[in-house]
Amino acid sequence: MARNPVTWLGSPTFPKAAKAALNDTQLRQNLRKATGTIRGRRAAAVAEMTDWEMLRVAGEQIKDDVLARLDTLLLQLEESVTARGGVVHWARDAEEANRIVLDLCRAENAQEVVKVKSMATAEIGLNEALEAGGVHAIETDLAELIVQLGDDRPSHILVPAIHRNRSEIREIFQRRMGVEVSDEPADLAEAARVYLREKFLTTKVAISGANFAVADTGSIVVLESEGNGRMCLTLPDTLITVMGIEKLVPTWQDLEVFLQLLPRSSTAERMNPYTSVWTGVTPGDGPQKFHLVLIDNGRTATLEDSVGRQALRCIRCSACLNVCPVYERTGGQSYGSVYPGPIGAILTPQLVGDMHDPLAASLPYASSLCGACFEVCPVRIDIPSVLTHLRAEVVEAKGRTAESVAMAAAAWMFASASRYEKAQKAGSLARFLAKDGKITSLPWPGSKWTSSRDVPAPPAESFRTWWRKNRG
Amino acid sequence: MASAKEEILQRIRNAKLPATPETVRGYNRTGEGGVELFAERVADYRAIVHAVNDVPEALQRLQGKRIVAPQDVPPEWLIDGVTWLHEPLTIEELDQADGVLTGCAVAIADTGTIVLDGGEAQGRRALTLLPDYHLCVVRADQIAASVPEALQRLEPTRPLTFISGPSATSDIELNRVEGVHGPRALEVLIVT
Ligand code: SF4
Repeated sequence: MARNPVTWLGSPTFPKAAKAALNDTQLRQNLRKATGTIRGRRAAAVAEMTDWEMLRVAGEQIKDDVLARLDTLLLQLEESVTARGGVVHWARDAEEANRIVLDLCRAENAQEVVKVKSMATAEIGLNEALEAGGVHAIETDLAELIVQLGDDRPSHILVPAIHRNRSEIREIFQRRMGVEVSDEPADLAEAARVYLREKFLTTKVAISGANFAVADTGSIVVLESEGNGRMCLTLPDTLITVMGIEKLVPTWQDLEVFLQLLPRSSTAERMNPYTSVWTGVTPGDGPQKFHLVLIDNGRTATLEDSVGRQALRCIRCSACLNVCPVYERTGGQSYGSVYPGPIGAILTPQLVGDMHDPLAASLPYASSLCGACFEVCPVRIDIPSVLTHLRAEVVEAKGRTAESVAMAAAAWMFASASRYEKAQKAGSLARFLAKDGKITSLPWPGSKWTSSRDVPAPPAESFRTWWRKNRG
Repeated sequence: MASAKEEILQRIRNAKLPATPETVRGYNRTGEGGVELFAERVADYRAIVHAVNDVPEALQRLQGKRIVAPQDVPPEWLIDGVTWLHEPLTIEELDQADGVLTGCAVAIADTGTIVLDGGEAQGRRALTLLPDYHLCVVRADQIAASVPEALQRLEPTRPLTFISGPSATSDIELNRVEGVHGPRALEVLIVT
């Protein structure tokens, strides 16, 4: 079987990548600023809702119901989409999904397609697969465009370029668009508007993901901010939507819960600027050909794990990333996957489905188990419990490894600003993370770990060196 | 070999998940609602809001402009002094218009949202997407208090667009900036 592209080929394990990220002060500054802003705003947007906890409970229950009846609901969705003129395709894994989409593009003679940001297509490595097949995919979401033009990798679910500040974005735009632009966010947004306008008006095929699919009506729902989604969902002749099989809600009424939970949790808004809903094909309005590609890619295997399966409730809001002290300090790319942060730490290893894979096995340790992620999760995924459960699976598969022990200790330290600053000032952070191949001097109480055992440290090669060697 | 569909469905069945209890909907299904709350919430998105009694008079602001309007807007909206553009319109013509005037299907007070469903006085989706300015007329009786109330009033199989303020992005340092691909200016007339 082909490897699951949910992890990036050749990525180091989490502790190695995290160590390098810790040396990158610019990255840490960018992240601290961005996540700090959004944390405060999310808290305010949620505080306005007197019934927030009841919405979370309903969100959890609806998603659990979806998982419990997934086979029936998928068949119902297929039937309702087909009845409205759409075509439904099923894909066991990334390779199969990519082939289906490539064939659909070829059938339309498309050399270029426009794309709305979608985690599912990032997970299966669709852009790369299309490129290899001679079809160029243009990312139209501002942050995705920044990542694509910067030949970079995403570091956040919602804002893949969160690790870039305005002056870095300006530099990328000037270099790749060949325009003069200031570092004012409004000017940068204008540059993207001008750059993409003609593509929107002329491209014949669009590819999107889906935030929700309503089983009983066949309606697909996409939430966005910029209007690039509306452009892609409205103007082209053909629309191909790729979604994970768990993105369902049973009924139209269920959306009332998620349309309240998602915007406040993700962008801290009462409502995001644009939400599009369409059902199959509407004569005279929008794409006249609609394809829906349903992907498994490790989800049914995740479903079998009675503790781990709750990760499939995730609605990709990214609130858990924004509150995670480990994420804030190590950045998203350290997780070696399109799914970073707390949700990545539990979802990625399960989608990979092999605890002998070194990166997958290191991810459940990318947390201090502080519990902030669970508190903000709009569908109440108990991430700390799943992490503990997956750590047990890693130990069962591999035994207790040096990296896992070191990472558990390091994660504990990343979690508290004061512990972290103290360790950094003492210069002991770098030392404990790598010294002669042994970790000997963790500051207290990490020292509890090192006094009782000598732990071999991860090799000293920095992520940046590795990066240059492997991607240059 | 089993098809992908059969195989995926079989794997789901093999996982043998227990049935779940019925969802508890203890959250609020309605809210205080009202014109004032709606106006306040729309304005929070930096859209421009006016409460008006007389639509044609309020539309004087469009004088001298080239404005797209669906064929079925109330005839009194099509005031003199405006170049009205009607379907059939090409993408280029829409792109070059100064703005678009529509009604809506439903509005939501709690969130300051307008919902279009392609019905009366709204036209197909491209009409409200390409012009850089959208003027939307909302009748007081179209304003639902809450998201649940609004969804109940909508027909899910119609093409729906929920609009909350002008086009924006939070992609640069997670701060909201108005104006990317959709209309950069949204103006709302609430008819009371
Ligand atoms: S796990 Fe919860 S908080 Fe994290 S992205 Fe998913 S839904 Fe949001």
